[in-house]
Amino acid sequence: MDSSQLLGISIFGYLLASAIYIAALLFRWDKAAISGTIVTSLTLILQTVALGLRWQESYQIGAGHAPLTNMFESLVFFSWSIAALYLLMEWKFKNRTIGAFAMPFAAFAMAYANYGGFNQQINPLVPALQSNWLIAHVVTCFIGYAAFAVACGLGIMYLLRKPEKEKSRLPAPQTIDDMNHKTMIFGFLWLTAGIITGAIWANSAWGTYWSWDPKETWSLITWFFYAAILHARLTRGWQGKTIAWLAIVGFLCVAFTYYGVNYLLSGLHSYGSS
Amino acid sequence: MTYKKNSLWQFLASVKLALFVLFLLAASSILGTLIPQGKGPTLYAAFYGSKLAALMADPGELANILTRVTMLLGLDNMYHALWFQTLIGLLAVNLIVCSIDRLPAVWLMVSMDNLSLAQGKISKMPFKREFSGRGNMAETVDLLKESLATAGWRVAARTGEESTILFSQKAPWARLGVYVVHLSILVIIVGAMIGSYLGFSGGVNIPETLDSDKIYLFEDGRPVDLGFTVRCDWFSLSRYPNGAPKEYQSELVVIEEGQEVARKVIEVNDPLTYKGWTFYQSSYEPHNKIMVTVTNKQTGSKERFLTTPKEPMRWQAEGLLFGIKEVLATDTNQVYRYRLLISGPGGQNSLLLDDNSQGQIGTDQKDGYTFHVKEFYSTGLQVSKDPGVWWVYLGCAMMLVGLTIAFFMSHQRIWLIVSDDKFIISGTSHKNKIGFENKFNKLTGKLSKQFEAL
Repeated sequence: MDSSQLLGISIFGYLLASAIYIAALLFRWDKAAISGTIVTSLTLILQTVALGLRWQESYQIGAGHAPLTNMFESLVFFSWSIAALYLLMEWKFKNRTIGAFAMPFAAFAMAYANYGGFNQQINPLVPALQSNWLIAHVVTCFIGYAAFAVACGLGIMYLLRKPEKEKSRLPAPQTIDDMNHKTMIFGFLWLTAGIITGAIWANSAWGTYWSWDPKETWSLITWFFYAAILHARLTRGWQGKTIAWLAIVGFLCVAFTYYGVNYLLSGLHSYGSS
Repeated sequence: MTYKKNSLWQFLASVKLALFVLFLLAASSILGTLIPQGKGPTLYAAFYGSKLAALMADPGELANILTRVTMLLGLDNMYHALWFQTLIGLLAVNLIVCSIDRLPAVWLMVSMDNLSLAQGKISKMPFKREFSGRGNMAETVDLLKESLATAGWRVAARTGEESTILFSQKAPWARLGVYVVHLSILVIIVGAMIGSYLGFSGGVNIPETLDSDKIYLFEDGRPVDLGFTVRCDWFSLSRYPNGAPKEYQSELVVIEEGQEVARKVIEVNDPLTYKGWTFYQSSYEPHNKIMVTVTNKQTGSKERFLTTPKEPMRWQAEGLLFGIKEVLATDTNQVYRYRLLISGPGGQNSLLLDDNSQGQIGTDQKDGYTFHVKEFYSTGLQVSKDPGVWWVYLGCAMMLVGLTIAFFMSHQRIWLIVSDDKFIISGTSHKNKIGFENKFNKLTGKLSKQFEAL
């Protein structure tokens, strides 16, 4: 078994988990939802092993670096982060309905990594990427991105929840709103850490902690946007639906920062698109 | 305080202004990522022309108008344009005014004497339960003190005639977290301003074995004296087997008043810092020359030669004649092997050397020479001096600490009003009510084992 076979299985694991969570929600199979948790957990373990193997394989070909250095590897890690964060939330909030809204993001990221036509080879690192800040920067950013993906899912959940219905399959609107807020502040803290580690790294590689390169600027745009959402809660008339929509738009910002910038704009982060 | 009634003050302190500025900063920042930054008017005309060509037949006129707008609004360097900096200034003013506006009340909550809070207020807290006492106030208080302490609440007490008030709190300073975050943004802005007014950012290319006492600013190419000299002893470019660059390295030597004061082999991500100036390995420049270093092992005398293939070289003082006869490929893409022909007092010889390796010849016992061959480069250094960077880092650290406090900690308070026959326990948390409710219920659950709930 090599890492690419295990990653191939992970795609189907996350797709299956998403299908179980969605079916359990649609058909009110409350007892079946636990199999979603089991499939997600097993797939996460498998994917973790795959990432470890890929790391090891990189040493065998003399490149020797963490599997966090191109679009393929980052998408794999993105799906890993979403699955890990989702399991944490399921355990903390004791609610499996979130899975139907969170796990499709993990399945999509993993499937897109594999079928999106990206270079899946392990390549040696260019000098600029050879730094201990690589792991800190990528990991912090992607935990943040994963949280914003889940928050987007919770935003969709909030909009689908009919407030007039007393007995819904979904949690009460205030509960969804509270979970959404908690997920966003978690993401905001990690995004902040991601921007800071990036700035420190840039300063040690290029001698400037901020150069308004498109990727940096878009991460700041995302930061401004979520900072605004967090303050919006303090304003009357902005709670609930507005926040849910903002969580969805916020994730579009994240998606552009992560993905759009690499392909539509040029800048220092160009190696992210290879 | 009359100034607080001032409507301008209220506006500057408002969350609405914060929202407005944050959304505006986010939206306007997009422009600078779409429009190339730091180019001249002719480039913008061509840029808009090519973008508009897909939409219309004759984009020339519109492209000119857009170019004029770009230059007028400073969109060619928009993050440094006055209007953008004003927006950041407005954010700073908003942060300062809102903090001054709210801090006194918050500080009151942090530092207040909770034991003197009116009993009416205490019994109106969001979470509350009543229990029957032990018939003796002092005995009940002692029991409660002990069980609360084991649950992690250290209580203070104030005994009155009818009743005793017990109070305990956790993390009162958690209320300050958000102000630490606000302050951290101001610290970062101050750090950035120090950097932009007192800092320098430039570069210099130094050919191997040579030195420079100046750098050239990126902004306008103006030379700036370093106050010392930097020499590049050697530059080395190593490659992966497929030929892709693996690492760039330069050995830099700092010379001040004729003395060597610092020496370091720098590489990408590992710069040299001296007297506030930091030298980063950023690029290199090949010169299509080969550098041959010849050392007389006997006398230690050494000479460097820049040569090209087939060019005969002569070390006059040693009576040595040599040249590179041919350049061969190696297993590694773009790394070459050189065949040297050498003719000295002791006769003729030849050496086969890979780039950046050395070999020696000895034609007789007296003349032993070492040859080192490598391609000749200039090292490309990015050089900066930024006295504000530590302020920025301090601000970043404050922000992470502040966010952690603001998001994950809450000021939790509990009171107990104890009389002879009963006591009330009440509590409140300034955030995360659900989390506090669980904690409160656990605590009262514990108490219900000792006391009878009413």
